[in-house]
Amino acid sequence: MKFLSEYRSPELVDQYLRQIRETVRRPWTIMEVCGGQTHSLVKNGILNMLPPEVTMVHGPGCPVCVTPLHLIDKAVWLAEEQRVILCSYGDMLRVPGSRKSLLEAKAAGADVRILYSPLEAVTVAQENPGREVVFFAVGFETTAPANAMSVVHAHQLGVQNYSILASHVLVPPAIEAVMNDPEARIQGFLAAGHVCTIMGLHEYHPLAEKYKIPIVVTGFEPVDLLQGILMAVRQLENGEHRVENQYSRVVRPEGNPEARRVIERVFTLSDREWRGIGTIPNSGWEVQHDLSAYDANRKFNVQLEKAPESPDCIAGLVLKGIKNHTNALNSARAAPPPCPSARLWCRRKAPAQHTIITGRRVSGSTVYRLPSTVYRYANTLSDA
Amino acid sequence: MPKLDFDVINLGHGSGGLLTNKLLEAGVFDVLKNPLLDTHHDGAVLEMNGQMAFSTDSYVVSPVFFPGGNIGDLAVNGTVNDLAMCGAGAQYLSLAFILEEGLPMAEYWDILISIKNAAQRAGVQIITGDTKVVERGKGDKIFINTTGIGAIHPRADISMQRVRPGDRILISGHIATHGIVIMSVRQGVEFETTLTSDTANLNHTVLQLLDTFGPDIHLLRDPTRGGVATVLNEIARDAHLGVEIRQDRLPVLEEVAGACELLGFDPLYVANEGVFIAVAAPAAAEAMLEKLRSLEYGAHAQIVGEVVETHPRQVILHSQIGGRRVVNMLTGEQLPRIC
Repeated sequence: MKFLSEYRSPELVDQYLRQIRETVRRPWTIMEVCGGQTHSLVKNGILNMLPPEVTMVHGPGCPVCVTPLHLIDKAVWLAEEQRVILCSYGDMLRVPGSRKSLLEAKAAGADVRILYSPLEAVTVAQENPGREVVFFAVGFETTAPANAMSVVHAHQLGVQNYSILASHVLVPPAIEAVMNDPEARIQGFLAAGHVCTIMGLHEYHPLAEKYKIPIVVTGFEPVDLLQGILMAVRQLENGEHRVENQYSRVVRPEGNPEARRVIERVFTLSDREWRGIGTIPNSGWEVQHDLSAYDANRKFNVQLEKAPESPDCIAGLVLKGIKNHTNALNSARAAPPPCPSARLWCRRKAPAQHTIITGRRVSGSTVYRLPSTVYRYANTLSDA
Repeated sequence: MPKLDFDVINLGHGSGGLLTNKLLEAGVFDVLKNPLLDTHHDGAVLEMNGQMAFSTDSYVVSPVFFPGGNIGDLAVNGTVNDLAMCGAGAQYLSLAFILEEGLPMAEYWDILISIKNAAQRAGVQIITGDTKVVERGKGDKIFINTTGIGAIHPRADISMQRVRPGDRILISGHIATHGIVIMSVRQGVEFETTLTSDTANLNHTVLQLLDTFGPDIHLLRDPTRGGVATVLNEIARDAHLGVEIRQDRLPVLEEVAGACELLGFDPLYVANEGVFIAVAAPAAAEAMLEKLRSLEYGAHAQIVGEVVETHPRQVILHSQIGGRRVVNMLTGEQLPRIC
């Protein structure tokens, strides 16, 4: 696979590991922001290849984990009480709400469908003119263009029975929340390559300056991650705090202006609740008022009592990097009943595909139709 | 296809009356013809001697037709392979249909012909069966159950108890192909090359291996639903031993690996149909690999790892970059209705 195998080369991996070992002198704690990066670190067994001085902490960049309980309840309510066709990426289905998950609602007869792209949901709406179709639009900046595009698309086609239940969250406010927490001791960040593919680098310069932290925009393959870690360690050892771009083969400093235009047309900044963390001001996007016909929140008069989060829930601690996933898993097993959110650590998402955003093909020979974002039911996270 | 006065299946075809008979006479009995089936009795009467393996499986794959085969191929090959994994050569199969009202006769016919051809390739006779029809909306076109019986190979001694530390783990061919084919049909992903399901009867290959290596084959498994990872975890769990595999040895077609990247699947968890895993005595493993590569469906076989005493009940993968990680059992359903 061209553009992939080069970044999985054992020789290059060795070379970067050697350079990290040669560079590091003191212990450093670095957070990889994105769940896709966490997934790759674990899947490739990188965590236990790093020298003991480097501690990687898994960050809040997993939309599944940070989607608040009441939003899942809302999706279940739409599917069960309003009888809508509720379309979603696969891994949202198993996330427990306060009463049940979407998967349980589906088993009980609700029309819940797994899709790979919100544009497919618009087609579902066209094929079912007598029914309301709602797409559960979760994700970071990465999935926003495709989700926004579905609204634009539905609007252009005059599809009136389509709306999205938007739950978009943004990376920079999350980094601020992590840095403002007195318990979190993060010294550097690997920022999410895909997010920056859309948004560019400009939001990160003020953060690096304000908190005096290196931020390295990093990709998802083993060589990407190790190079990103090396760049962060170098800055830390030299007492620097800059924004660096490891993922320059995909990320341009200005991002993808076209994608951002679509986002700006459809979404507007809003306060957003993060599961286990609480509300962070201006940390999410909601649908613009003039497009409220496509906003499931406004289209359906959702009157749901907000269920309290389980007191055992340690999602916040994990997301802020105070506890790591493996510990979270253990404590989830120990605590009866298991914290629903901690169960989330069992499932990670595969990195969103850069392909659709950049128009490049990642896996060269194989694929024509590109789903916008790809999630998967992955394996339990644990280190060998 | 014979000329019939109906072009879709209706409820009468499951009534046991005239329409059932018409369907059977023109269909199953004629196509699958053999002396035992020709008796048209409620059950087949047959003679058997010695140690037998007996296995049943139901097939609900969606879509019913997919590149490289259809539900009929799966229904024959699946049960034939389950018997082969016991070290047995399938001899007889039962065949039971649950048809949905409205199933086009043309599709039913195509499936029946596939069943006939698959049975011929496997050298197995279909000797008894059943046909039921459910109302439209109560099934999904066609469900099939097959049950098979066959004699255990005289040199076979296959059981979990025989798995020992040091044993080598062989995989007979490219993994994850069937699951990705089904997934790509469902998701509308296209490939530059023609990717087809690996559904195949493994009995001839397995029996030939048993001819040569007999008791050096300690265990056989076909990694269908749940994929290779699930089978390896079952071995680790039930044998109370560890399993180590090397990522760079796993045979995966490039386009399948690419689709896995794109769809977010790990090939280790994706279903296979025409692949088996053999746990072999270390001294015989290399010769077995060589032999397997010369046999039908074995050209891409690899020794992918071994059984170890350390980390009992755990499967560890050595990643291609030199890292290590635990490979867990599949949680939940990765792809429903894969076979």
